[in-house]
Amino acid sequence: MKQYLLSRIGQALLVLWGAYTITYFILYLLPGDPLTIMLTASGVEVDSLSPAQLAQARAAYGLDKGVLEQYFSLLANFLHGDFGQSLVRGEAVSTLIAARLPSTLSLAGLAVLLSVVIGVGFAYVASLVRWRPLRTVLNRLPSLGFSVPGFWIGLLFIQLFAFTLGWLPSTGDEGFESLILPAVTLAIPSSAVYAQILIRSFGDVWKEPYMVTALAKGLTRGQAQARHGFRNAALPVLTLVGLQVGNTVSGAVLVETVFSRTGIGQLAQESVLRQDIPVVLAIVALSAAAFVVVNLIVDLLYPALDPRITHRPKVT
Amino acid sequence: MTKANGYLVEVRNLAISYRTATGAVEAIKGVDFAISPGETVAIVGESGSGKSTVASAIVGLLADNARVTHGEIFVNGEAVAHAPDSRRRELRGNVIGLVPQDPMVGLNPTMRNGVQIGEALIKVKGRRYPGLDADVLELLEQVGIDNPVLRARQYPHELSGGMRQRILIAIALAGDPDLLIADEPTSALDVTVQKRVLDHLERLVRERGISLLIITHDLGVAADRADRFLVMEDGRIVEQGEPHRLLSSPAHRMTRRLIAAAPALSAGGDFAVTHRQAPDAPEILAFHGVSKHFDLPAGSGAPTFAALDTVSFSVRKGQTLAIVGESGSGKTTSLRIALGLERPSAGHVTFEGQEISHLNWKAFRPLRRRIQLVQQNPFASLDPRFTIFESVVEPLVSFGLAKGPELERAARHLLGLVHLPVAHLDRLPRELSGGQRQRVAIARALALQPDLLFLDEPVSALDVSVSAQILALLKELQDELGVSYVLVSHDLSVVASVAHHVVVLRRGQVVEQGPAGQIFRSPQDDYTRILLDAVPGRRRALEAAV
Amino acid sequence: MTILAPISTGSADRQALFLGSAALDLTAIAGAGRPSSGWTLAGRVRDALNPLLRRPGFAIALSFLLLVLVAALAPGLLTGVAPYATSPADKLLSPSAAHWFGTDELGRDLYSRMVHGSALSVKAALLAVGIALVSGLSLGVLSGFIGGRVDAVVMRFVDVLLALPGLLLALAIVTAIGFGTIPVAIAVGIGIVPGFARTTRAEVLRVKTLPYVEAARLGGASWTRTLLRHVLPNSWGPVAVLATLDIGAAIIATAGLSFLGFGAAPPAAEWGTLISNGRNFLMTAPWLSLVPGLFVMLVVFSLNHVARTLDEGR
Repeated sequence: MKQYLLSRIGQALLVLWGAYTITYFILYLLPGDPLTIMLTASGVEVDSLSPAQLAQARAAYGLDKGVLEQYFSLLANFLHGDFGQSLVRGEAVSTLIAARLPSTLSLAGLAVLLSVVIGVGFAYVASLVRWRPLRTVLNRLPSLGFSVPGFWIGLLFIQLFAFTLGWLPSTGDEGFESLILPAVTLAIPSSAVYAQILIRSFGDVWKEPYMVTALAKGLTRGQAQARHGFRNAALPVLTLVGLQVGNTVSGAVLVETVFSRTGIGQLAQESVLRQDIPVVLAIVALSAAAFVVVNLIVDLLYPALDPRITHRPKVT
Repeated sequence: MTKANGYLVEVRNLAISYRTATGAVEAIKGVDFAISPGETVAIVGESGSGKSTVASAIVGLLADNARVTHGEIFVNGEAVAHAPDSRRRELRGNVIGLVPQDPMVGLNPTMRNGVQIGEALIKVKGRRYPGLDADVLELLEQVGIDNPVLRARQYPHELSGGMRQRILIAIALAGDPDLLIADEPTSALDVTVQKRVLDHLERLVRERGISLLIITHDLGVAADRADRFLVMEDGRIVEQGEPHRLLSSPAHRMTRRLIAAAPALSAGGDFAVTHRQAPDAPEILAFHGVSKHFDLPAGSGAPTFAALDTVSFSVRKGQTLAIVGESGSGKTTSLRIALGLERPSAGHVTFEGQEISHLNWKAFRPLRRRIQLVQQNPFASLDPRFTIFESVVEPLVSFGLAKGPELERAARHLLGLVHLPVAHLDRLPRELSGGQRQRVAIARALALQPDLLFLDEPVSALDVSVSAQILALLKELQDELGVSYVLVSHDLSVVASVAHHVVVLRRGQVVEQGPAGQIFRSPQDDYTRILLDAVPGRRRALEAAV
Repeated sequence: MTILAPISTGSADRQALFLGSAALDLTAIAGAGRPSSGWTLAGRVRDALNPLLRRPGFAIALSFLLLVLVAALAPGLLTGVAPYATSPADKLLSPSAAHWFGTDELGRDLYSRMVHGSALSVKAALLAVGIALVSGLSLGVLSGFIGGRVDAVVMRFVDVLLALPGLLLALAIVTAIGFGTIPVAIAVGIGIVPGFARTTRAEVLRVKTLPYVEAARLGGASWTRTLLRHVLPNSWGPVAVLATLDIGAAIIATAGLSFLGFGAAPPAAEWGTLISNGRNFLMTAPWLSLVPGLFVMLVVFSLNHVARTLDEGR
């Protein structure tokens, strides 16, 4: 077990390093001339600079070193928690992120919670319904949920709940009230995915012979689904919850923009708009870290939930 | 307990139809029968005969799209066919217990065995009660499970198939039912394991004086265990009666077919062995002290597992060698080694004197024209997107042996060999029945005109009457083409009619080998005798012979 | 039976309709060999499609998607109004018989802008899925078919891509190569590569161990022949369903990126840009955002419905 844990953590670190490296190469090597982008982002007219000034700027951004040298010095800084300076705002990237992290974490946290509750609850009820017409409608409904652009749901909510009904604030990030609309908006696509997969999973489980065994004991359908169906059906969804972290982060960028919340997502949007490369690199790497950590936790949770999985070496 | 006419279960003129995309399909077309208290009844029929639907209707667990269109089911005199589900539920477990078909998937994989039995007990008592644990352990002991305390704490995947079957019996017995329904109790496990479990079940049923309804495709099982059996075909009961009467004077064509398909029954307790002597013939394939070891993970006791242990035998030209063994005996491994899919850890295999067991894939390729395989499951051995024509001629195309009209001619010839109409060439596998697909697979294996054909459980996925036809075809092809067979099977009764020579494998070792006549008539090893005795129908046939 | 042969014949042919020439080529390989066979490709497609078309939902969804495709290829057929023609007198009109979707702040007809925007949005989505399909399929086949170390390396790489949230990866790529429809499409496409690679690999691994593949090998078929004639055609089903689903996902993702302001430069407008533009008039003219959003939803829902029907039909 200990050995498994260590190898799994090692694997997670490897993935994280890979994610950082790919992002680095996209941001620093893909553009023909990162210096121009960086200078433009800092508000400097590139054409007005003399060659000497250009060389000076190149050195200041660390672009005068070899590719590998640049990469490794940046990586080393990263490992020490130094994400560099924002080109646009002139502040340390870590300060920028730290200031916005609580807002985004509470939004994402509430959204993940809501999506799991809504998605699982919906699928649970839908799988118990036996009346065909209603069942068909319930089975199709989730796919409507992830057919909607998330940001558009946000606009719809603002129009409906803020402008027309006046129940909740349309924008801002003051207090819990302002969190409700964005969190629900962010939760809807994920919950639709959970519902869809779980309904299918329940459908498969209901075809399993052990459900017949359960019913033959005299259990009701409800009892059989609760005691024998749920755990077996939910196991595959657990992996999905881990994978959805990426979508939640992506969604946060849009939702924060729609609801004008000052969070990481909005920072990402602004930074890309102004091509503030160090900030973009830090945010992408941080999201990858969140993804890797959550999936590591999910992986470690599995054996506790499924007795068939043990972390002994595989039989070859 | 029982009312009025004294029947425990009575089925009257029952008709059931399934709603499908293409309209209603009538699966049960007016079925009448009754089960008395303490009686063991068997329903025998091939797949699609409707036997399982009848069983589901009695338990009240018909599929969502099935409907009782006519007739009635009485349980203890009470009409239940249209009773509300709440009433049916009260009967389940309490009055009718079900032992489902496949023990490997019949238990919830994420719940401890003891809890699953306890749940059935709680359901009967209405609530959790103090003596629950003791009752669970007692049930486990009753169904013959050793170390019940440990087994109750384990999960299903930690138990063997036979033990899981016993747990399922314990669950079915937990509610102290008056009727136990056993759905295909012999289809999923090894014969010897099944025989022990069924013997035990039979004893429990007799002790408790309860009724047993066995659903089976194997007339041998019904003949051995039932007081009375019903033969079903196409949603109707075509014949019913006591075993000795039905066996001695079957009236219906279907009954005769089923009897003919149970080799232990057809020859008065003896197997119908075709080739009592194996005439002398040159050797074509031989195993010389072949062993195969697989590495086991560290900490599991032994470092390696011997799938095969110094196995030697030989196959003669134009004859059939049968390799018989239960799961884990090494029969599949030996087949894979002979086909060059696996390499032996020790020993070697020769084909016409040439060593072949250490050839690489490329060096083995020319030999593929002479050694071919017919796989176990005809439903999976044909590419679903290939027409029958494409499937059958593929080996010829692969070896570049024929083109265009020549291929067409070859395909026609091959289909003729396996008695399929030429019109089938344009069809897809899904349009063919299991038996027809197996004929296609045989035709494909014969395309290269091989000298040696491996038959891996060629009939285990087929209905009994169909499998008899396939075996007859194989015999005919051998007479016609002089091809040698290596037939691998878990079922001694299958090989009786085709084998010249039999090898009995157990846990990787040859326990006995010899001419078919000797193995079936005077087996020398205890294990061979156990295997022979476990063949369904054997008990009844021997009794009848006395 | 259901476990062993979940893909019935013809499924890929059905899906081929939606996935353009790549699918048709594969099927053509699979179907080659016997000219006299009654099973022509067209016949197979027709046979497979007929029962599906009898389902009203599928027929409606498919017709709607075909309409959108027409809008993308020949917008002139669906509207005579020029998308960029401003008319200050008619600004911010609500939907009516004259302007089906209403007009925007410059008096441009929103319906016409949606129809003309289809070209950009549909092309972007198809380009994205095309990129993902080609690279994901190659990675998956490589990984699943060769196995061993190649598999380990490829799958680690896919794990890394998977760890990068799709939209953020797209944002990074857009930062590096610039704004506009094509960069956005490329970025979105790269984001969905891992899904394709994993699905393809899983399918190839599954099909590779099926008895009929072993039978072909024992019948002397080379690896190339086995791959092209048995493994690929039979692995294709779930991948095609995923591709259909991902066209929808790509539409949403590109719309999201243009909503953030990284899409086409004005006055050209994709669906996402239109939703974004309307945002400023949410209080006075909500249809400017809501109608295009509803339209996008219908397109994606139709795609999902088609994918799901195909999946269930397998």
